[in-house]
Amino acid sequence: MSRSRRRRQKLPWQIVLIAAVAAAFFLAPFVGLMWRTPWSKFADIVRRQEIRDALWLSIKTSLMTAVICLIFGVPLAWLLARVEFPGRRFIRALTTLSMVLPPVVGGIALLFTFGRRGLIGQYLDSWFGIRIPFTTTAVVMAQCFVAMPFLVLTVEAALRQLDSRFEGAARTLGGTRWYVFRRVTLPSIRPSLFAGIVLAWARALGEFGATITFAGNLPGTTQTMPLATYAALDSNPESALILSLVMIAIAFTILIALRDRWLGRAEQGLSL
Amino acid sequence: MFGRRAFAVVLAQIAFFTACTSGSNTQETTTLDVYAASSLATPFADAGLAYEKAHPGVKVQFNFGASSDLARFVQEGAPADVFASADMSNMDRVESKDLLDSPPVIFATNYLEIIVEKGNPLNISSLQDLENLDLVFVTTSPDVPIGKYTAEVLKKAGVSVTPDSLESNVKGIMLKVASGEADAAIVYHSEVIASDGQVEGVEILAEFNIVAKYPIGIIKNSANKKQAQGFVDFLLSTAGQTLLTQYGFGLP
Repeated sequence: MSRSRRRRQKLPWQIVLIAAVAAAFFLAPFVGLMWRTPWSKFADIVRRQEIRDALWLSIKTSLMTAVICLIFGVPLAWLLARVEFPGRRFIRALTTLSMVLPPVVGGIALLFTFGRRGLIGQYLDSWFGIRIPFTTTAVVMAQCFVAMPFLVLTVEAALRQLDSRFEGAARTLGGTRWYVFRRVTLPSIRPSLFAGIVLAWARALGEFGATITFAGNLPGTTQTMPLATYAALDSNPESALILSLVMIAIAFTILIALRDRWLGRAEQGLSL
Repeated sequence: MFGRRAFAVVLAQIAFFTACTSGSNTQETTTLDVYAASSLATPFADAGLAYEKAHPGVKVQFNFGASSDLARFVQEGAPADVFASADMSNMDRVESKDLLDSPPVIFATNYLEIIVEKGNPLNISSLQDLENLDLVFVTTSPDVPIGKYTAEVLKKAGVSVTPDSLESNVKGIMLKVASGEADAAIVYHSEVIASDGQVEGVEILAEFNIVAKYPIGIIKNSANKKQAQGFVDFLLSTAGQTLLTQYGFGLP
C-alpha cells in the first residue's frame, strides 16, 4: 500500500462511520479484557510452571504445525492451482471445509479416524502399537487439520495470479521442472507464502475445539495455551485473563513484525 | 460401528461447544432459560417438553454445561431463570453472590460408577484395578463436579490414578470412553443409564461411593419467576421425580 501517494479526497462519511463501528467492535473486547486484568499479579502468574508449560507447548506445536503445513500445503496448493484433474473442485472444497467447520466437529472426525478404534487408528494400534489421542502428536494433527487450509488457499490464489510465462521462459532456457518450481515459482509468490505460513501458524496457536476433542487436555502434554486459559477460568479467573493477554501479545507482536518485514509487498492473494 | 446413542453423545458434545443462549421474547411466548449441569441433559430435555405441553405459551430453553461454567455465566450476568447444579459448591458460588431468589432446593441425587468400554475388555471390577492396570483414564478438572467427586472416591479407596486427560465436562468423558479412546472413567450412575449400553458400568462399593446432591435455584434477576417456580415445582412433583428416576437419578 502506498499511503503517501494517495490523494486526500472527500470520504463518504457513511462508510467511514460503519467501518469505525466495525473497528471498535474488534477493539472493545481487548479493552474489556485489559480492564479486568489484575496487572499487579502479572509477573507472578506468568512465572508459574503450568503456565510456562502451556506456553512452551503452544509455541512448539504451532511452529511444528507451520512447518508441516508448508511442506504439505504448498504442493497441494500448486496441484489445485495448476493441474486440471477430475475431482479438483471436490478437493478444493474439502480443503476449505475444515476452515468453516466447527473445530469440535473436526476433532471428532479425527478421533473416529485416528483414534484407537478409528478407521485408521485401529491399525496403527494393532500393527505398530501407536496411539495418537492424548499425545502431543494429536495436538499437532488437530492444529494441522484446521490451519493448513489457510496456507493452501493463500498460496493457491497467488499461484493462479502468477504469470506462468516466466515459468515457461525458464523451462525453455533448460530449467528442470523442479528447478523452475524452486527458483522461479516459489520466489515470485514469496509474500503470499509468508502470509500463508503466518495465517496457518496463528490459527494453530489459537486452536481449541479440535485439540480438546481429539488430543484431550493434560498439562505438559496436550494442554496448550487456549486449553490452559479455559481450564483456568474456573479455578483461577485471574490466570485466565493473564493467559489471554499473553496470547494476544504474542500473536499481535508477530503479526505486526512479520507484516513489516516480509509482507510489505504482499500484493497477491490473501495479504495480511 | 457406532450406535445411535454414541451419535447422540457426539451431538451433545457438539452442542456444548456451539451452544448459545438467546433470551428472545416474542409477544405470545415466554421463554424460560434453564442452565443445568450436563449430567441432567437427558431428563431435563424430557422435563422441558412435558412442562411446555402442560403450559402452552412457555418455551423452555436449556443451556447444558459443566456446573462450574454455568455458575460463572450466571455470575457474569447471563440471562438465566433457573440454575441446576450437579454439586452444592457451584450453587454456593452463585448463592454467595446473592444471585438467588430463594435458597436452593435439592431435587435429585446421583451416585458414581466406573465406566469401561462395552464388553469390559480389561476386566475392570474395582477401584483398585484402576491403579493396578496400565490403562487410559480420563476425568475432568477438580473444578467440575464430576472431577471433584472422582478424586473424592479415589481418595476414599486409597487409590491413586494419573489421568490421561482432563475433559471439560461429563459428556467429554463419555465420548472418550464410548469411542474406546479411554479405558475407564468414573461418572454418575445416571450417565451409564443414559448411554444405553454404549459404555458398561462397574459398581463402586458403597463404602467408597458418594451421594451427589443436585440443587436447583431461581435466579434473582429472572423476568419469569412464576414460570421458573413452575418448572422447579414440576421437577419436585411426582411426575418430575418419576421422570428423574427413570434416568437413574435418586430422590432427594
